[in-house]
Amino acid sequence: MSDQLYQERIVALAKAKTGAGKLETPTKTVRRDNPLCGDRVILDVRLDGDGRIAEIGHQVRGCLLCQASASALSAVAVGRDAAGIAQLRHDAERALGREPGETHEPFDAFAPVAAHKARQDCVLLPLEALKDALS
Amino acid sequence: MSFDVAAVRGQFPILSEIIDGLTVHYLDNGASAQTPLAVMDAVRHYETTSRANVLRGVHRLAERATEAYEKAREQVATFLGVPTMEVIFTGGCTAAINLVAFSYGSLLKPGDRILLSEIEHHSNIVPWQLLRSRSGIELDMLPVTNDGRIDLSALPRLLTDKTKLVSLAHVSNVTGALLDVRAVAEAARAVGAKVMLDGAQRAPHGPLDLPSLGIDFYAFAGHKAYGPNGIGALWGRPELLDAMPPFMGGGSMIGRVTLAETTWAPSPRRFEAGTPAIGPAIGLGAACAWMQALDWPGAHDHEMGLVQRLMDGLQKIEGTQLFGPASLQNRYPVVSFMLDGVHPHDVAQTLDSFGVAVRAGHHCAQPLMDRFDLDGTTRVSMAPYNDNSDIDALLAGVAHAAKTLR
Repeated sequence: MSDQLYQERIVALAKAKTGAGKLETPTKTVRRDNPLCGDRVILDVRLDGDGRIAEIGHQVRGCLLCQASASALSAVAVGRDAAGIAQLRHDAERALGREPGETHEPFDAFAPVAAHKARQDCVLLPLEALKDALS
Repeated sequence: MSFDVAAVRGQFPILSEIIDGLTVHYLDNGASAQTPLAVMDAVRHYETTSRANVLRGVHRLAERATEAYEKAREQVATFLGVPTMEVIFTGGCTAAINLVAFSYGSLLKPGDRILLSEIEHHSNIVPWQLLRSRSGIELDMLPVTNDGRIDLSALPRLLTDKTKLVSLAHVSNVTGALLDVRAVAEAARAVGAKVMLDGAQRAPHGPLDLPSLGIDFYAFAGHKAYGPNGIGALWGRPELLDAMPPFMGGGSMIGRVTLAETTWAPSPRRFEAGTPAIGPAIGLGAACAWMQALDWPGAHDHEMGLVQRLMDGLQKIEGTQLFGPASLQNRYPVVSFMLDGVHPHDVAQTLDSFGVAVRAGHHCAQPLMDRFDLDGTTRVSMAPYNDNSDIDALLAGVAHAAKTLR
């Protein structure tokens, strides 16, 4: 075996399934597909009166990286508005080595994906979906 | 004498590479096969001794180039078992199917029907959907059986006198299932429909005898058949090709051009507008000659032995499920499987860390994945140069993924 992409933290995030499932009364539901690999994310969000996320639910039909990312995102999305989610996106981009700068929990867990360009969209797909939901 | 896999492997330098400390176990041949020295030598020989444009020059390099290009056509034709001038060089298998969809398709009328199947690669679906939106033809789809074969029992229901063409995969790029071509050709002939085969996954496994199949068009790709990228071939019945208008306009494909109108060259030139991919065509010719010289009965037994070893090994790993024919009959060495609780991309990524190259996902066959409600599969596609060590490395990787990712 060579490099270790599937490090414990990524596997643990995926297994935690934080936020997995549908919301009963979503404000908005969005679906994002990655046409290259077939990964699919359906996100439900419930927003409060200020446009902040009050609740989030995800259904991921995709790989472990996509599942882990959706789980990580759900763990820190509540209380954030579009600008706050954009910050998380930057954090993910930094972890993937696509932007300079320090990265933070939980997206720092994705640092091993920096060496796997073909898999980086799997990590970013839930963030893309949430951006759509807030736009 | 048994098949000498070591001698075959020796002709493929890339198989001896060590990459990041890992031996190359290349089992993604269905996507692109590796290339033997004979092909690289033929392309290099052209580039270093004969490089020039073909057909129009009078100088000796142009004559050499033309001779090499036409010899390549002859090598491809010999491989397919057809007359040389019935072979058209294309940009690949997709380009060949698009050529037929555009050109033969332009002869169809609204209400005419084309029969495909749910197992097809997108390249044998989308060109026909484009034709449908241009010309008002209708598409019908043969279903797929649970063991991953095109269900020919639906032929009587779906073939009508409106059906003008049946276009199917000769071998499935997902399940490895071989089509019963004669049954399709007979049924199609009974209603006056033509038959086209997508041979992308069959051509890499030995010479063909197209006249015996009773079909009308055959397409295949160079890069899956040990040749270069950017080249493929189309065979068509001459009476059909002669009736078809050009696909692209440009140099080489004309009879006479005036500002008022243009007449077409006969096939194959009519369908080879512009300067062709000369080097890649020469490489494809060399690949066909290389395949022609291989011991295919031995190679096929060897490949099927690998399929059996793979199937036996996968069945020992808890939670694996094969998708495709369980038997070795009427199939080629393409094997898809799922591992419960682990996404195919994660299986493939884990295998990469063992030096094993496979393809995972929908394999450009999304309708098939939808039909069986699959996220995708992990696909192992073999060539004669694969050996037991490739299969054993793959099985070790799958066992590791099963242990660590669920």
